[in-house]
Formats: sequence, C-alpha cells, structure tokens
Amino acid sequence: MEVDSPRKYIYSDTELDREEGQVIEELKANSQPTIPDPDQWLEEVPEQNILLTTVDWFINWGQRSSLWTAICFPACCAFEFIAANGPRFDLSRFGMEILRASPRQADLMITAGTLTWKMAPNVRRIYNQMAEPKWVIAMGACAISGGIFASASYAVVPGYNHIIPVDVYVPGCPPRPEALIYGIQMLQKKIAQKKNIDIGKLIRR
Amino acid sequence: MTVALSGKEIATQIEEKFPESVVESSEKAVVVKSDSLLDVAAFLKDTPDFDFDYLNYITAVDYYDHFEVVYMLSSLEHNHSLVIKARCYDRESPSLPSVVHLWQGADFQEREIYDLMGIKFEGHPNMKRIFLWEGFPGHPLRKDFM
Repeated sequence: MEVDSPRKYIYSDTELDREEGQVIEELKANSQPTIPDPDQWLEEVPEQNILLTTVDWFINWGQRSSLWTAICFPACCAFEFIAANGPRFDLSRFGMEILRASPRQADLMITAGTLTWKMAPNVRRIYNQMAEPKWVIAMGACAISGGIFASASYAVVPGYNHIIPVDVYVPGCPPRPEALIYGIQMLQKKIAQKKNIDIGKLIRR
Repeated sequence: MTVALSGKEIATQIEEKFPESVVESSEKAVVVKSDSLLDVAAFLKDTPDFDFDYLNYITAVDYYDHFEVVYMLSSLEHNHSLVIKARCYDRESPSLPSVVHLWQGADFQEREIYDLMGIKFEGHPNMKRIFLWEGFPGHPLRKDFM
C-alpha cells in the first residue's frame, strides 16, 4: 500500500515489522522452559541454619554479650575506666562499650571509686533504678573494702557490698584497664552459668 | 607579688582605733579578741588604706585548750595581705561572730568549720553542716574525736 509522502514516517515500514516479528518468534521459540526462581535457595535456609540449644544458654548469651554500664564514678578509678573505654584498650571489642546516662538502660554497674556515706543513698538509688537483670563490679580497693580510707575514715563506706550486692571484685589502686576487662570477662563467665528457668516449677505447673 | 603586711604595725593601728582588742601580734599575724573581731574586720575592710576586700580563706586549728580561727585577707587594690586570728576557749560550745555580711565567700567555709570543728558562727544565715549529714556524732577534725 502506497502511503502519501508527508505521512510516510508516521507508519512503520513493513520491512521493520517483519524484523520485529522475527525477533518475537525467536524469543518465543527459546522461551519454552521457564527460568528458575533466583530466590529458590531461600527455602533451603531453614534446613541449613537451625541450631538447637538451650533457652538458658541463649538468654545468657544475649545478656552477657551486651553489658551496658551505668555511670557510677565517684572517684579516681573512673579515669582508669575511661582509659579502658578509650581506643587503646577498647572495651567495645567485647560489646560493653556503651555507657548509659540513664540507669534504666544499664545492666552493669562498675563502681569506680571511693564512696562516702553522704553519697551512698544516691548510689543505692541508681542501683535500684537499674532494670533486672543487673550486676555489679566493685572496681578498686576503695570499692572492695574502703581502701586506704577503710581504717580511719568516719565518712567512707567500707566497701560497696555494704550498700549493694557485688558480683565481681577487681583489686588494684586503681586496677589497670586490663584488670577491669578481665573482671568483666569473669562476670561474663558467671552470667554464662546462670539458670534462668526453674524446670521443676514448669513441670509442677 | 602580694606584700604581706607586718602584723605588728597593723596591730598598733587597730589598737589606736579599738583599745585592748588585740591579744598578741607578730610579724605574721594579729590575734584579736573574739568580742572585737567583727569591729576589727569591718575596720580592715572599710579603711581605704587597708581595703581588704577579699577573704582568701578561713580555717580553724585545734590547740587542745583552745581553737584558733584564721582569716587570711587580701586587698586586690593595694595587693597586700594580712592574717588575723581569733581564739575560742570554750570547748563545749565555741562560737565566734560570722563575717558573711562582710565577705560572702565566708559562707561555705564557716559552715565547713562548724561541720568539722564544731565552732558556731553567730549571725551566719545558714549555720548547719555542709559535708556530713545531720545527726553525725561529733566534729571529726577535733583532736579528741577518735
């Protein structure tokens, strides 16, 4: 069919239509089998990745691997703690680098420093505000026993264990950052042995 | 450099103004009677030649038979300083006049002295313990505390 010359380019060429038809025919001929779903492997994941463990182990793993510290630094051991937290000793290697300004977001209280009786109610309050489960590391001689103030001072609490329950004692005046890190690792071992579920209670129910 | 004024010279000038107010004087310090402490302090602060407008510190010493309260005064204008002292012989309820209305900085230091030494400062607006808690037995910086 002849097309008027001004309208020649509006309609496609018959030759081009034929080429297009060939391409479609080829594609159709080659596409008889379906392409496999590239996300097929997802269905195999549950079969590959299920690990069986105990509830105790799993809970303890979560709790010991994210020990966040409440800020309770009454005296000079705090600087050793700050050093431990800094880039040289780098507590964050163990997932416990985050210092929480709010005790409600903390699991661990590192009592870095001398405690006076006047300060004691405030420390007790910080401890009470921390959510369960919570642990305490007594860092340094003052926190363990009152340290150099223990024998003579009328104003110093002779050890944090008079105020709050202590899990791990880290000796030193002040302890080196390595000692503190070791103390936290001891605490992690302690948490790993914790029993979360009373089986007998479950059975009785 | 701050010039430490001679206690003896100041003592004679104090004696002229307030007779029999000075107990003893040396080159380093003037010991004044506790009754006339306020008058002497106001005199030292307000006289233009002295102009002791700054109180460096107050502290107290226990000498077993008496307490001695030490005031170190400075003049920022003349850049000179002076130490005056006052004594309390009453061990049961020692007291001295407060200098808070002359030097505001005396506020916490007088409370500290009351807390640790048990010397009451008459006329202090808030005379109570500052470091130890209410109900603490005794005053721990006294020599006979332990």
